Amino acid sequence: MTRSERNWLLVAPAAAWFVVMLVLPLSVIFVFSFGERGPAGGYVPAFTLEQYANLPARFTAFKNTMILAPVGTIAAMLIAYPLAYQLAVRTDPKWKTILLVLVIVPFWTSILIRSYAWIFILGGRGLPALLEMVGIEGVRLIYTPFAVLIGIIYGYLPLMVFPIYVSLDRLDKRLLEASADLGAKPLRTFLTVTLPLSIPGVATGCMLVFILLMGEFLIPALLGGGKVFFVGNALVDLFLQSRNWAFGSAVAFTLIVIMLVTVTVYMRVIARLQSGRDDVSIM
Amino acid sequence: MRIYAVCVYLFLYTPIAIIALFSFNAGRHASQLQGFSVQWYARAFKNPFVMDALETSLFVAFVSATLASILGTLAAVGLQNIRGPARAVFDGVIYIAIMIPGIVIGIATLIALVTVFDVLNPLLASLWFEGGQPPRLSMGIGSLIAAHTMFTMALVIVIVRARLAGMEKVLTEASADLYATPLGTFRQVTLPLIAPAILAGFLLSFTFSFDDFIIAFFVAGSETTLPIYVFSSIRRGVTPEINAIGTMVMVASLLLLIIAQLILRRRPRS
Repeated sequence: MTRSERNWLLVAPAAAWFVVMLVLPLSVIFVFSFGERGPAGGYVPAFTLEQYANLPARFTAFKNTMILAPVGTIAAMLIAYPLAYQLAVRTDPKWKTILLVLVIVPFWTSILIRSYAWIFILGGRGLPALLEMVGIEGVRLIYTPFAVLIGIIYGYLPLMVFPIYVSLDRLDKRLLEASADLGAKPLRTFLTVTLPLSIPGVATGCMLVFILLMGEFLIPALLGGGKVFFVGNALVDLFLQSRNWAFGSAVAFTLIVIMLVTVTVYMRVIARLQSGRDDVSIM
Repeated sequence: MRIYAVCVYLFLYTPIAIIALFSFNAGRHASQLQGFSVQWYARAFKNPFVMDALETSLFVAFVSATLASILGTLAAVGLQNIRGPARAVFDGVIYIAIMIPGIVIGIATLIALVTVFDVLNPLLASLWFEGGQPPRLSMGIGSLIAAHTMFTMALVIVIVRARLAGMEKVLTEASADLYATPLGTFRQVTLPLIAPAILAGFLLSFTFSFDDFIIAFFVAGSETTLPIYVFSSIRRGVTPEINAIGTMVMVASLLLLIIAQLILRRRPRS
């Protein structure tokens, strides 16, 4: 057995697994999206663009996703940045690791239970009840876009902090001293030195969170209560309730395409910004 | 600035603390604490649905994490020396596995497997010997394990590959120069060096599978995992029993993560 045959033998089981459990299912979705719904649900083979033409029927789900996913991403970034800055630049190295781990740990525990905690807090017996005690009545929090946004920020904040922290931590602290020595005020140092150098971390964090938010189902299902729903919720409805596989496949495939296009464009833009900055720094 | 950081930590941990606090509440109601009690934990442990779901979740997590660790490690080692278009295709597949939303993976897997089973089942029945009961393929624990293994295998490959990339190539070359067989080199040089990455990959895979709701929701068939049980209970209303289950699940995942972190951070002996 040659060396190269041996390598392929090692890779073969994983490759086969990916083909059956990933490539095949995605291909099926692609093929089904050109089919028709059967009389009792399911799928009837056909070649039609009818399902794609029908996409506006689920316009609200796409609209909610395309609004709340970017808004949630930006909100999480704005909250995460100062914390990452505090941890990376202002914290005693002795405490850095433990404090960072404390931020990340919630991300790896069940998102289901963490979102459920907010049903508890935002529900009628939680915050609104407290507000009533101080005289503010009739506040409704749960099952609103605000509740979904809180859930999103809460769920994905850790994922945003981590990459920003890494980029700020790598930053050569002597640059900050140099800037101060040359008479720059702290704000100016931040805007002209720290912020540009941390852009890669911000870009990575935003992309990770945005990708996950595009396919979000649980947070809108639990905190949006059927009023604020994402494409993910529409997919569950289409496949499990109305059993319209062909249309559901078209919706799923459109979601994938939107994601891929957004991510590609986004990476291009970031790469251009980066190269532009490098030119400046060479000068 | 420091106050800001404290506020963010409070934001992150207050909801978790509230869940834990109310899981020890003696009363039923969410709005008032009525003394300390562990009755909701006792109830959760006595509830046969919870115990069945827990057992299913643990079994699926263990089997899929084991499969993912073994197959993922083999693939990462093999991929090391593969270049060219085949490698690019494989990397692309791993990227897709990690990037595609769980909900799409869940739905696509359900639709594909149901369609394949609809073709295979009559085929099996016609080929089966006379009078015997032919096996029927259906969604269930098998499909759930297969789906979780697919995703977590991608994670293991990424983690192990990062460790392999940091490994000195001189070591395996030296071993080969000293007439070790490829298998001997793997067992005595490579494996001990990447062992922490494999173990960390296993623990992360276990946690992922144990916590996963969305993929399981579609591919589990009639099986109920713990997250599926919790989700359907939440839909019926907030109960203290869910607080107790939630607290236990979070503590368990926390412990696993801390162990994974400690293992991954430990520098290899050199």
